[in-house]
Amino acid sequence: MAKKQSLAQYVANTQVWKSIFRHGPPNNARNRAAVIAGNVFLHLHPIKLKRSGVQLGYTWCMGGLTFFVFLSLTVTGVLLMFYYRPTAEYAFNDIIALREHVPLGIMRELHRWGAHLMVITVWLHMFRVFMTGSYKPPREFNWGVGVVLLVLTLLLSFTGYLLPWDQLAIWAIAVGSNMAKATPFLGHGGPGANLAQIGDFVMVSDKNDVRYQLLGGRFVGEPALLRFYILHCVFIPLVVGLLIAVHFWRVRKDGGISAPL
Amino acid sequence: MKELVNTLSDPKYSFTGVIIGFYLFMKYYRTIGTVKFFISSMIIILGVFIWMMQDPNFHAIIVWPDNVPIVILLFAVIFFTWFSIYKAAINDARIEGGETPVEGSVENREKVWTWPNLVYTELMAGTLCVVILVIWSIFLKAPLEEPANPTWAPNPAKAPWYFLGLQEMLVYFDPWMAGVVLPGLIIVGLIAIPYIDTNPKGNGYYTMAERKVAMGGFLFGWLALWVYLIIIGTFLRGPNWTFYGPFEVWDFHKVVAEANVNLSEFFWIKGLGISMPSNIFLREIVGLIVTTGYYVGLTLLCNRSQLGSSLMKSLGKIRYYLLILLLLTMGLLPVKMYLRWLFNLKYLVAMPEFEFNL
Repeated sequence: MAKKQSLAQYVANTQVWKSIFRHGPPNNARNRAAVIAGNVFLHLHPIKLKRSGVQLGYTWCMGGLTFFVFLSLTVTGVLLMFYYRPTAEYAFNDIIALREHVPLGIMRELHRWGAHLMVITVWLHMFRVFMTGSYKPPREFNWGVGVVLLVLTLLLSFTGYLLPWDQLAIWAIAVGSNMAKATPFLGHGGPGANLAQIGDFVMVSDKNDVRYQLLGGRFVGEPALLRFYILHCVFIPLVVGLLIAVHFWRVRKDGGISAPL
Repeated sequence: MKELVNTLSDPKYSFTGVIIGFYLFMKYYRTIGTVKFFISSMIIILGVFIWMMQDPNFHAIIVWPDNVPIVILLFAVIFFTWFSIYKAAINDARIEGGETPVEGSVENREKVWTWPNLVYTELMAGTLCVVILVIWSIFLKAPLEEPANPTWAPNPAKAPWYFLGLQEMLVYFDPWMAGVVLPGLIIVGLIAIPYIDTNPKGNGYYTMAERKVAMGGFLFGWLALWVYLIIIGTFLRGPNWTFYGPFEVWDFHKVVAEANVNLSEFFWIKGLGISMPSNIFLREIVGLIVTTGYYVGLTLLCNRSQLGSSLMKSLGKIRYYLLILLLLTMGLLPVKMYLRWLFNLKYLVAMPEFEFNL
């Protein structure tokens, strides 16, 4: 009779287990390489890296945390979308319902505090990258991608700020979008806008300037809510996802986590 | 005592304090980057913070849910700034002694397996992050105010906290500068950093001594302007965007006697005692000269300084002038702040005819 197997050994020998994990436990060099190379998520990492790159004291793990918080925001955001309708009639009441009728409702809190946290982690990530001089060649381009991602993070948070449709939301967005009105040449209150006139015809007015395009109107109203909702839930996350792919790819191609030359 | 704190928090004093503090920070970073310094200053900071929290006015503004992240950011910035300086001080001492920085030691150059070393760290960091977020979410409800009402604006109406530095700049600049040109230049300037900074040293390790100019420029913009202005905009600006000390009640009737005067009015009316010319460009001639002089004159002065000429040599003309342009534009903000505080100056160049006010 065969030697008695432990349950773990038995499971590891089943066809199901072997079909999922195509290598043995990662306790030797071959399997440690296989676990990274064979997993679509883990293979973002190199198989080996310099010890300085795995030290928390060097990286603060801020870039990784930013990505992690972004993923949590995607998950909680999708769940929130089940309960939320972006119209002036329903938006505020849906938020109230989320608070009062959904059991164990901390989803909105997780999403809001997560959004604040992501702004903080992305700033600290940039701060760390600067302090270690990691933007220097060959990583100049990736630093630029990172700056764009930072701006998009702020825009994600900014567009989401409107969605609860309370006083805090619309007036914060009103303050922010009023700046767009002052864009040189493109906003109707900006320098140079009144130079673009043909006779009596004003080319840049409050009915067609950048603020109008952003809000879909002359003030923060229902069209702005819909625009911000779509920007927040679809457009910006797609662009961010794309740029994250570029950012991670270039981290690898530019030589991995920076270290002294 | 509280009166004194209220007075000293006023940007004109606190910003001066920040500038002096920043200078001392850059000069004595090796003393600051020690564990002893950190612990003793943390005890003082936390002590002061706890003492301040006893005040109902300060307490109310700190615990307002959307302000909590700024408190977290503030302590995170203090910690991580100190921490990177601490590592930089160690490395600088090693480099002076002819050694490699810590990150470049033989042991640290050695390659280790991603599994389990890195994967484990990531798992722990992610788990800790979830725990913090869940606890934060259970104990602090997300704010929700009255339903949106486009006909009634709250006072003060504030942008989200990460944009409050920009909103604070509105005190000193018109929206086209504070909301469009300066933020645009921040983005352009950040992207330009790796192309301007040609110093090959300090790539991949913490150091201060090997890249002091780059450090000084970046840290000043990040700490003394961006983070500082967010703190002012969040905690110390009340109704009508008036300044309120940390212990002051947000009294809607606080009247601030502030009659700001344009440079053109200073020159023609107060200076020469005649009425202002009707030609716009003649009227604003002094402001135009001063602004041009600020850019051209200071550039020439930089060219002649020792640091300037050595930078010109190492960077080349294009990089050098781009750097000067970005730094001088960043410098416009503190310059305009002090002109406001000292002379109640409103605009250097005031051309409301073209919505062009600087």
